[in-house]
Amino acid sequence: MSIVFFLVAGWLFLAGLYGIVTSRNLVHLVVCLSIVQASTYLTLLGIGYRTHGTVAVLVSIPPGAPFVDPIVASLTLTDVVVSATVTALLLALAVQIHKRTGSVDPDDIVDMRG
Amino acid sequence: MDVVAPVAMVVPLTTALVLLVLVPLSRRRLVDVVAFAAALATVALTAVLLVRSGDHLVLHWFAGWLPRRGFPVGIDFAVDRIGAGLALLAALLTTAALATSWRYFDDVTPLYSVLVLVFLGAMVAFSYTGDLFNLFVFFELMSVPAYALAGYKVEEEGALQGALNFAVTNSVGAFCTLTGIAFLYGRTGTLSLAAIGRSLAGHHPDGLVIVAFVLVTTGFLVKAAVVPFHFWLADAHAVAPTPICVLFSGVMVGLGVYGVTRVYWTVFSDTITPPHLRGLLVAVGVVTAVIGAVMCLGQHHLKRLLAFSTISHTGIAIAGIGLLDRTSLAGAGIYVLGHGLVKASLFVVTAILVTRLGAFDERRLHGRGRDMRWTAAVWFIGCLGLAGLPPFATSLGKGLIDEGLDHHGWPWLATVLAGSAAATAASAFRAGGHVFLGWGRVEDDQPASAEGEEEQPEVAKDRPTAPVMFAVAALLLMGGLALGLAPRLGHHADVAAGHFVNRPAMAAAVLDGAPLPEPPPMPAAPTGSAERAGVATAAVALLAGGFALSPRRPTAEQLGWAGRIGRAAIEGLRRLHSGHIGDLLAFLTAGVAAFGVLALMAGR
Repeated sequence: MSIVFFLVAGWLFLAGLYGIVTSRNLVHLVVCLSIVQASTYLTLLGIGYRTHGTVAVLVSIPPGAPFVDPIVASLTLTDVVVSATVTALLLALAVQIHKRTGSVDPDDIVDMRG
Repeated sequence: MDVVAPVAMVVPLTTALVLLVLVPLSRRRLVDVVAFAAALATVALTAVLLVRSGDHLVLHWFAGWLPRRGFPVGIDFAVDRIGAGLALLAALLTTAALATSWRYFDDVTPLYSVLVLVFLGAMVAFSYTGDLFNLFVFFELMSVPAYALAGYKVEEEGALQGALNFAVTNSVGAFCTLTGIAFLYGRTGTLSLAAIGRSLAGHHPDGLVIVAFVLVTTGFLVKAAVVPFHFWLADAHAVAPTPICVLFSGVMVGLGVYGVTRVYWTVFSDTITPPHLRGLLVAVGVVTAVIGAVMCLGQHHLKRLLAFSTISHTGIAIAGIGLLDRTSLAGAGIYVLGHGLVKASLFVVTAILVTRLGAFDERRLHGRGRDMRWTAAVWFIGCLGLAGLPPFATSLGKGLIDEGLDHHGWPWLATVLAGSAAATAASAFRAGGHVFLGWGRVEDDQPASAEGEEEQPEVAKDRPTAPVMFAVAALLLMGGLALGLAPRLGHHADVAAGHFVNRPAMAAAVLDGAPLPEPPPMPAAPTGSAERAGVATAAVALLAGGFALSPRRPTAEQLGWAGRIGRAAIEGLRRLHSGHIGDLLAFLTAGVAAFGVLALMAGR
């Protein structure tokens, strides 16, 4: 079971990177970055996963019952917060770029050289 | 239990929060004063910690969750001399950047100060934390304000693009770090640096551990702008407000180097032992130093010139920590501090130039700084600091790194590193000669579009030099000199590095509350060779800079085939720096893959 987590996480990481490298639209690029980040959620959750485990709300489960690792869940939550911040900032930049240049294609806005 | 460490983080963060809430009510002057006071208070707190962290680790377990029988149940700050030194540098440079900003911006929103203070709080916490996940959190917390500050001038297309490149590459690097952290947690079941290190110690490194090392360090290496992860740095520096470049070049890049060092020594040093990685890391550092220096030679935009010089000098620091021994680590630590102060001073001079003359391009500034004698003096002395002339701290740092290279059988690499330092100093000399002395000719043979960007001065020009800006530049420069003259600096750095590389003792201090043992005394190094090397490097830099300014300097055509090859190489290298986000990420991906394969080959 657990191997599926990591296969999907690896796939998301690489697919997201491919999307960023070939992107022709900044909004698409930001979404691809979120996809790369989604792979880190899956990696974290996959590491804490236990077969037949329940959510780690320890008051509501019988003693001795297996539960998934709550630490990775809180790490994932922190990660989601980071993701929200970075995504918001990048989308704001994309909006500004569109305002200045009328384009959201990274090929059109290359301004820096060497 | 020491409370100074968390307070040093909380002061700038809380002040930022208060300013944010009070923004609608506050006037600019009030915001400036409060932010500056908070930065000064942080300087004092981090200085106290630097003194206290002498022979023991300053520990703080949040909410009093002490480790139970050697197992960490809480999250800690574990402050050693090296982390404390970097936090102090961050606080000092933030104070300098805020003071420079007073007269730099005609109009600035209070949010600017808020972002700078969050940046500072995160940098301090990043230097202090003893928890791997918090290392990532503070890394992100210091990145996000940095992205926003890089794109602060939203009305400019270039600023937006530079900030975007910066944000996307550094985020992907941070995701690599997080994935590596997840792997380490999966293997060891803890996130405390000391406990992970203890759990991995003595085991033969398997594939997972090596891949985790590569992934965790990737994020920090992107921040440290190591080739081929360096493309974002020059763009971000070119577009960011100049006071922010003080922070980027002076300390943020150095913190990337610190991240690699910290994670290696506390977590991996007893499983992937130094001989496995030494060659790889030193090679990465040397390549970065050389490529940064070559790119630096071709720049005319002062901020890009200084940015590529930062890449080169960070390469030298990476080579120093990459030697993975105590002496070189001490050298790299001194080098990062010394370079940070000098580079910050040079950026403040650039800020003075743009407020007075309204341009960043040495060709457009040609001869226009003739009457700025004192500013010129700061610039030229700063160039000598870049070259590592004694008594600048860079000289001592470079000398210790050279010793390490000598010890491991690569004495010739010391010459290569000195050559790159000389090249960056020569570029800065040439730029200074053009701007302040009006020497040399303005090259017409350079394709003007190579820079690919129009000058967009950030502020109204033609005003006299603000005394506060000049004072900041001069003080930073004197700081770089004073650090080099500090009594027994080499000894203190050596003791700090001796503690730092002693993983079992550091882990025992964190987890068991054991006292740190005195590191064994090192044999006194032969004196004099570092000074001689520094003087020689500075002389070469002066000669090369003078040659570039000479009216009889042959053009590339007159040099024949050598000139053509040289020009083709530089042009090819410049073309790789396309600034296209897709290209940047392709290089990053290829770099991580290559780093992983090489580390797996070396680690097995």
